[in-house]
Amino acid sequence: MTATLSVQSTAAMNHNWRIGFRQTVAMSKRSVLALWRQPALVVPSMIFPLFFAALGTSSFGRAINLPGFPKVDSFLDFSLAGTIVQGVLFGSVQSGSALATDIENGFFYRLMAAPSSRLGILVGRLAGAAAYGAFQTLFFSLLLLPFGMSIKGGPLGVLIMVVSGGLIAIAISGFMAAAALKTGSSEAVQGIFPLVFIMLFFSSAFFPRQTMSGAYKHIADFNPISHLIEGMRDICIDGLSSGAIARAILVPIAIMIVSFTLALRALAQRIAAQ
Amino acid sequence: MRSASALSTRALRNTRRMPSTFLPTLAMPIFQSIAFAGTFFAITKVPGFPTDRSINWYMPLAVCMGAAFGGVGLGFSAIKDMENGFFDRLRMAPTPRRSLIIGPLISCYIRTLVVVTVVLLVSIGFGARPTSGVVGLAMLYIAALGLSTVSAGWGLGIAFRFRDMRGAAIMQLTLFLTMFLSSAQTPLNVMTGWLHTVARYNPATNILRLSRQGFLGDVTWDGVWGGLVALVGLSVLTLWFARRGLDSLDR
Repeated sequence: MTATLSVQSTAAMNHNWRIGFRQTVAMSKRSVLALWRQPALVVPSMIFPLFFAALGTSSFGRAINLPGFPKVDSFLDFSLAGTIVQGVLFGSVQSGSALATDIENGFFYRLMAAPSSRLGILVGRLAGAAAYGAFQTLFFSLLLLPFGMSIKGGPLGVLIMVVSGGLIAIAISGFMAAAALKTGSSEAVQGIFPLVFIMLFFSSAFFPRQTMSGAYKHIADFNPISHLIEGMRDICIDGLSSGAIARAILVPIAIMIVSFTLALRALAQRIAAQ
Repeated sequence: MRSASALSTRALRNTRRMPSTFLPTLAMPIFQSIAFAGTFFAITKVPGFPTDRSINWYMPLAVCMGAAFGGVGLGFSAIKDMENGFFDRLRMAPTPRRSLIIGPLISCYIRTLVVVTVVLLVSIGFGARPTSGVVGLAMLYIAALGLSTVSAGWGLGIAFRFRDMRGAAIMQLTLFLTMFLSSAQTPLNVMTGWLHTVARYNPATNILRLSRQGFLGDVTWDGVWGGLVALVGLSVLTLWFARRGLDSLDR
């Protein structure tokens, strides 16, 4: 009897997991489709990073000969990683804002009323952000190649960068999702954008830390965005090494653990408040 | 002038009542000045860069961006007034049409003066050093006030034509592109490639040169006249653009 019950409860658990997984995939598809159907949402995270990359290449082309600047053939090689992270950051803010909009317009509560997986709502949104982040990484990498950029890590390096881009998207989207679930306001989430922008500037996104000085350098040293970028950058300009791969993968994972925990906590609080 | 003065007072009162609308115009130039100077500090070591203090180069850019976006803020206010019907009441009132432009413009000048002064003082705290005394500082103020006129005219012209927030993105994007496709980040002699060609013909390059006169050495007529011509020419064009847009509301 006990064995029969145990087999039945295992089957029920497996069934629930399968349903939860299907629902999570559906939520991911929804978040990706939303971007496809509203290209205006995509423009800031695709066009502006490319614009700054083009601007930087012309403005700072001669800076690559400065002492302390990494050895690169062109400024574009240096700026690719910063361009990718900039695009992923902007896209992640958008992802959080979309979740907040779901809360504002009641879609979130309709999902609560349905027998849907609670975790799937969050994981689906983050998975959609990861897909977009990975796409952005691949898109920027391929688009800039004809303009003289080269990736020393080769195709495998590009693959690792794509994985890293997806992980960075999850890491940052986790924080945005936490803010969305906590506040329920897309305006509040959009209000975080200036903070993200400031953190991006106080990092090695646009210029190497080795060329900075004083308090600014200290801030950039401790800024996690600097380390997010430099793993990818090392793959691009130095090639594949265990250190570069570790930084490109492990730093986003470490941030992801923190952000996902915060998002889960915010989700639990919102569900409990109902 | 009484109508213009009243509208100007209204705009300033709105700023006082809702400081959240003004604070970003003040905070962004301060942030930009410090962030750009810190991030791109090493660019001053490139041969031919006109100063060894990066903040001396980037602070005038930040001031000009702040002035430009402050001017565009008039366009946003005009759109809000049109959407809530207040602008129609102004048009029905027996006031000269030009006061609907001049009044808000006066308030924009006052806000610009505040922004320039605050950003200048903060930047001096972060190491900016004027090199030409009062005359050099006057060039910075002239560039800022001129740019706020240009952007106010542009913003109002767009607002009068679009009459809703669709115009806001156009106002901001065009200004952003104009300012950055110039000698915003590096001087012409340090730039390479396509940007050098674009920046050479962009009037914003002359305006930025004017604004930087007081921080890169002595004020010279060569460095000033191009900026003044650009400011006067663009101001006339954009204010005419705004006036035509205002007239189109009556048709």
